[in-house]
Amino acid sequence: MLWSDLERFGRLLDPFQDFERMNRALSSRLSQASVDFPAVNVWLSGDSAVLTSELPGVDPKAIDISVVGKTITIRGSREPEVLRQDESYHRRERWQGQFTKTIEIPFNVDAGKVDAGFSKGILQITLPRAEADKPRKISVKSS
Amino acid sequence: MADVTKELQKKEAASPEKGELTRQRRVYNPDVDIIERKEDIVVIADMPGVDDKSLDITLDKNVLTIYGKVEANIPEKHTLYISEYAIGDYQRVFTLADEVDREKIQATVKNGTLKILLPKSEAVKTRKIAVTAGS
Repeated sequence: MLWSDLERFGRLLDPFQDFERMNRALSSRLSQASVDFPAVNVWLSGDSAVLTSELPGVDPKAIDISVVGKTITIRGSREPEVLRQDESYHRRERWQGQFTKTIEIPFNVDAGKVDAGFSKGILQITLPRAEADKPRKISVKSS
Repeated sequence: MADVTKELQKKEAASPEKGELTRQRRVYNPDVDIIERKEDIVVIADMPGVDDKSLDITLDKNVLTIYGKVEANIPEKHTLYISEYAIGDYQRVFTLADEVDREKIQATVKNGTLKILLPKSEAVKTRKIAVTAGS
């Protein structure tokens, strides 16, 4: 997939290369502890933004997404297993509890046209740019 | 009860693969919870982006390997603006103690979370011993 995409997009525009570059920069930092949970990736184009976040095991109906202007807020929670008296944890690494994440993008979003999907534990939100916010071509009159 | 499962490799948030893959892919160790219950041991692993078709679980002698393949869904014609996490496959390897009944291991995946049930074999379940009054 990677090599054929390179041909199609040309090196300058290859989005996967972009992604790989960021990936490399990220993994050179030893931990992601400095990022507020949950981690998100945001992709931008001229008229929309796509936000993805890994939220495994979270009930999609319980995810709260609100969009105001340029700000997106995601709220949700995941409860741990309830253990009975005779059950115990040997190991506990997974996160649990509530989370709130706020992300700001460089343009105003048309809140009415936001589309959110949840599949295999990954949340994906598509945010179209508000019409009023789109750049206008200004014609120059010569006299 | 003796420690039933033991990791074979060190777990970091992002860690290199054990043995090289022929494809260039990032591999991570998923976070797990391990719960010991009366009848079985439950292993719960967070593997977002993995479903039942992209998950591979193998048991070789007493080594349990879970491997989940993740496809990166990169939106076309967009450029990366914020990148807080990298995408890659998930792998974790466990050494099972003898007390697991290998034939009855079950696994389910839902919303990117894998749940493996490892039933304890008969020999190991605690038995209640009836006490009769002596004379």
